[in-house]
Amino acid sequence: MTWLLDLTPDEWNAVRLSIKVATVAMIASLPPGILLALLLARGRFWGKTLLNGLVHLPLILPPVVTGYLLLLAFGRRGPAGVLLAEHFGIVLSFRWTGAALACGVMGFPLMVRAIRLSIEAVDRRMEAAAGTLGANPLWVFATITLPLILPGLIAGAILSFAKAMGEFGATITFVSNIPNETQTLPSAIYTFTQVPGGDEGALRLTLISIAISMVALVASEVLARRVGRRMDIE
Amino acid sequence: MTLAVDIHHRLGDFAIEAQFESAGRLTALFGPSGSGKSTLINLIAGLIRPDNGRIVADERVLIDTAARIFVPMHKRRIGMVFQDARLFPHMSVTGNLRYGRWFTPSSERYAKMDAVVDLLGIGHLLDRRPAKLSGGERQRVAIGRALLASPKLLLMDEPLASLDEARKAEILPYIERLRDETKIPIVYVSHSVAEVARLASDVVVLAQGKVAASGPTVAIMQRLDLLPAEERSEGGAVLDTTVLRHDEAFGMTVLASRAGEIRVPRLAHPVGASVRLRVRARDVMIATEQPSGLSALNILAGTISAVRPGIGPTVEIAVDCNGATVLARITEQSKHTLRLALGRKVFAVVKTVSFDSETTWAGLPVDADG
Repeated sequence: MTWLLDLTPDEWNAVRLSIKVATVAMIASLPPGILLALLLARGRFWGKTLLNGLVHLPLILPPVVTGYLLLLAFGRRGPAGVLLAEHFGIVLSFRWTGAALACGVMGFPLMVRAIRLSIEAVDRRMEAAAGTLGANPLWVFATITLPLILPGLIAGAILSFAKAMGEFGATITFVSNIPNETQTLPSAIYTFTQVPGGDEGALRLTLISIAISMVALVASEVLARRVGRRMDIE
Repeated sequence: MTLAVDIHHRLGDFAIEAQFESAGRLTALFGPSGSGKSTLINLIAGLIRPDNGRIVADERVLIDTAARIFVPMHKRRIGMVFQDARLFPHMSVTGNLRYGRWFTPSSERYAKMDAVVDLLGIGHLLDRRPAKLSGGERQRVAIGRALLASPKLLLMDEPLASLDEARKAEILPYIERLRDETKIPIVYVSHSVAEVARLASDVVVLAQGKVAASGPTVAIMQRLDLLPAEERSEGGAVLDTTVLRHDEAFGMTVLASRAGEIRVPRLAHPVGASVRLRVRARDVMIATEQPSGLSALNILAGTISAVRPGIGPTVEIAVDCNGATVLARITEQSKHTLRLALGRKVFAVVKTVSFDSETTWAGLPVDADG
């Protein structure tokens, strides 16, 4: 079994990079994810169906298309890319940050969906009760709504993380497959399968990939159960 | 504290047009389900915005649609106790109780944690989660939570409706203490005559979204025709009395009322304490002469002040006994045989045993009742 942990530096980098990219993608998607979920669950405005469709688009489009659209928008010559580079000095294309963006976008519909469902399940009469006790809408959200949707929030975050760990098509299209910069686990496995004698490396990374996914899933399960026990439904 | 309401609000086919004013210590909004009482209390709390109207509490305008004033609920400082308690499931009892304190300016915090916990007898529950409480305990914690936000007015929306009789009996004394020991005016929504007669200093009767009558409880309770049909048999005059003495030999308590002495089964209240009695109309007999050889102990002399048709073959007779009114429900036939008519001198006869824990309660403090 020792060969399993006998990773080359490049392979280690792919593992580390994948975890970094997935974590950043997950954390960065949370605030806009909560906002959009709130908007879709509670908002009443013109164009809601359109917005809902837009959010879900990455789920339906071929990942290559999403990656290509990101490249058009955030590439060196893309309008958003130019804006970010000139004003904030942020370059996304062919960087690991770009990989995080691609993974975040691909996981976004899953996250929004999970959070939205949990917001819709919140008993709004609890929020009204908090209002009569003097809490303004922002406080009501922070002290009542947010804790009540915590299980949904965790589920959404884990889904987004899992999606990011496995994301391949959009990432490779947008930021390519550069070792130590944008080569995540799936890209590394793909590279191994393309070279003669790469089977052993591909298998090693595949097993590691399975292990990481299992740990994330079990952790989310434990976390969700602990939160759930803390607040049995009345 | 005066609460003045003048509201027009439409909800689909249902319209509320309510206008009343109350300065009572505990004002009951009373009416059958669907009469609009819950909507009205939600309007006062600010949970609903009215189409038209004005609500003023203690000279503070909460809503005035004409002047475009709408104070949002979190700025009203109006506590609300809901029928379904609505405790926050993710907080302990203590967390729930402390919630409102955060949002109350410290200069306006008059409610003390220890005092409220003591008043409601919830000291042993503080570390528990709401899910681990019984229905009655939940409701007491909900009352405590509302109180600890130091509200200027406390609204209670059928707080007992979802509880069984035993739980109701458990909570009612706490609401009496709330009414008598705190200075917060209370608006209490109920469809139960027994609750209203027991608790209220003033009553606003609602029917189909309109105010059918309003005034002091003692006066309103004489109008049995205002009661919903299913509650009418429970109806009867309300008398505010004080304990005159206890008759230990026979296990009775003698109460002083304007109508004269009334004997009831032994009460725990001390001499001098105020006691409110509900004399169910169906428990009262009418005699045209001073009865003798009768087992009933309470014989009150008076004059017939009103005769109203009752349900079925009955009439409801109001007897004015020295300023206190007692109601009797008798048959049309008895009325005819005895030739009962307005102004006739009669005797109202009430058996001592017709008084029980359902009809004798701690009264409002004498000084409090305006």
